[in-house]
Amino acid sequence: MTDDLTMTAPAIPETRATYTLGELMVAAAAREIRDGEVVFVGMRLPMIAFVVAKKTHAPGAIGLFENGVIRSTPSPELIYTMADPPNLLGATQTADMLTVMSFLHSGRANLGFLGAAEVDRFGNLNTTQVQGSKGLTRLPGSGGACDIASLAHRFVVLLEHSRHRLPERVSFITSPGNGDGRGWRQRVGLPRGGPAAVITTKAVLRFGEDGEAYLDTIHPGITRDDVLANTGWELGVSPDVRETTLPSAAELKAIREYDKEGFWTS
Amino acid sequence: MSKQTTMRSAIAELVPDGASVALGLQMEQMIPFAAGHEIIRQKRRGLTLIGPISDILFDQLIGAGCAERVIAAWVGNVMMGSAYNFRRAAESGQLRITNLTNFAVALALQAGAMGVPFLPTRSALGSDLAKENEFFTEFQSPFTGEKMHAVKALVPDVTIVHVQRADREGNAHCWGGFGVMLEGVRAAEKVIVVAEEIVEPEVISSDPNRTVIPGFLVEAVVECPWGAHPSPVQGYYSRDNAYFRQYHEQTKTPADFAAWQARWVDGVTDRREYSNLLGACRQEELTVKKHAYAAPADFGY
Repeated sequence: MTDDLTMTAPAIPETRATYTLGELMVAAAAREIRDGEVVFVGMRLPMIAFVVAKKTHAPGAIGLFENGVIRSTPSPELIYTMADPPNLLGATQTADMLTVMSFLHSGRANLGFLGAAEVDRFGNLNTTQVQGSKGLTRLPGSGGACDIASLAHRFVVLLEHSRHRLPERVSFITSPGNGDGRGWRQRVGLPRGGPAAVITTKAVLRFGEDGEAYLDTIHPGITRDDVLANTGWELGVSPDVRETTLPSAAELKAIREYDKEGFWTS
Repeated sequence: MSKQTTMRSAIAELVPDGASVALGLQMEQMIPFAAGHEIIRQKRRGLTLIGPISDILFDQLIGAGCAERVIAAWVGNVMMGSAYNFRRAAESGQLRITNLTNFAVALALQAGAMGVPFLPTRSALGSDLAKENEFFTEFQSPFTGEKMHAVKALVPDVTIVHVQRADREGNAHCWGGFGVMLEGVRAAEKVIVVAEEIVEPEVISSDPNRTVIPGFLVEAVVECPWGAHPSPVQGYYSRDNAYFRQYHEQTKTPADFAAWQARWVDGVTDRREYSNLLGACRQEELTVKKHAYAAPADFGY
């Protein structure tokens, strides 16, 4: 793990696979986008997931970016931040934050993507601060994550899979998931939404009626015991747990045409 | 009346010690780095920095000792992750930090712009971020009884924005994603506009839909080509990704940051010298390679 929120995605040895872990995660994220949906795209790997979805199964998806950019086409070149010039060229609208956040607030955003330092059993996110054995570690903060987690119809998190990244309860709820379980979001006044999936470097977790995460799919080459041992609570397992679907040829092509040098996905 | 001045005078006159300063309001683009570096050179102290995310500008102001407080949603290096000065200052308790969300920054500034004490939202209900946070209070909607957050108004002493072009009175054109610039300008007591180019008033009035700042809100106008580098200015130059990467590598310790500051900020007297230091080759790499002009809009009748 790096010192910060950077997604680490070590390459799977060539003998085992013809794709990287980053590519597998991007493809999994892309598949969370349904055709025609309005998506709060976010930073890092999800920027590529949006492009992949647009170029494969979800050509009608609309991308919202917090700086105010609204796109119905993928950006023509790789971007490192949402305000990079290629993300503005050919946009449908270059508006402002109040505009796109108002769409989120009024329920017009189906899905949002988030990164996190920690995600817990109930899908709550911490990106503010972590209390470790060596004292407090300050993280960059919410950005728009808390807004997206509060207000989107559903959200998807991407992060490294380890015990300290997946604690039973986060020490600080920056962005609300299901709180302490079923009914919590309604109780605190959140209008809708909650976590739909957590895509980690080992697996994909989903959430049951009780608001708790369970193991849904395991990435190729990873064992169930590995996932369970590296999760900070006793993770429930779906009765029909299976392997995470491999990236298709079309998805890999879309990823590699876009992230040519593998900055995000190598 | 011309309000055009130099960066040195604008900062000297409008950003006193202890001021609250909103900057970096357009998210990752058009961050007023030149203005920030002048603040550092003039050794301002006790500033409150306001912004949604600032990419690495807040980290530089914090590292240089200018800031006492930060009111922001996110402080770091967007492309690389953490920013070290911010982390150190936060972890040692030297810096007072108010954690907001991006939308809360927008609402706080919009409330300031409207002259109302707060605006409502459902965002951050149930989060720890909103607890013991002077910018959030829970209340019940007087109309529906629903639980809401009131987000307290924020009025910066001065807002600094970078735009593509402005006239000498401060009427300014900007294109790109605005982030919270519009509210940040309207909320502020005073506004400094930094422009890539100063143009004639007729250029601005030829396309009033592209005007983001009416000059009557503006105190000072500074012409400063490359003033947002390493952040991008659409139609002028691209994002200098290598610079952000190098900043991450070169500022891991206080001594490293001091060396970085000595070279890039204190080692130059103004943006022209900074550009020389950056070098013509690097600037050439970042300039627009393929222009993409918008179709003209006919304002005739």
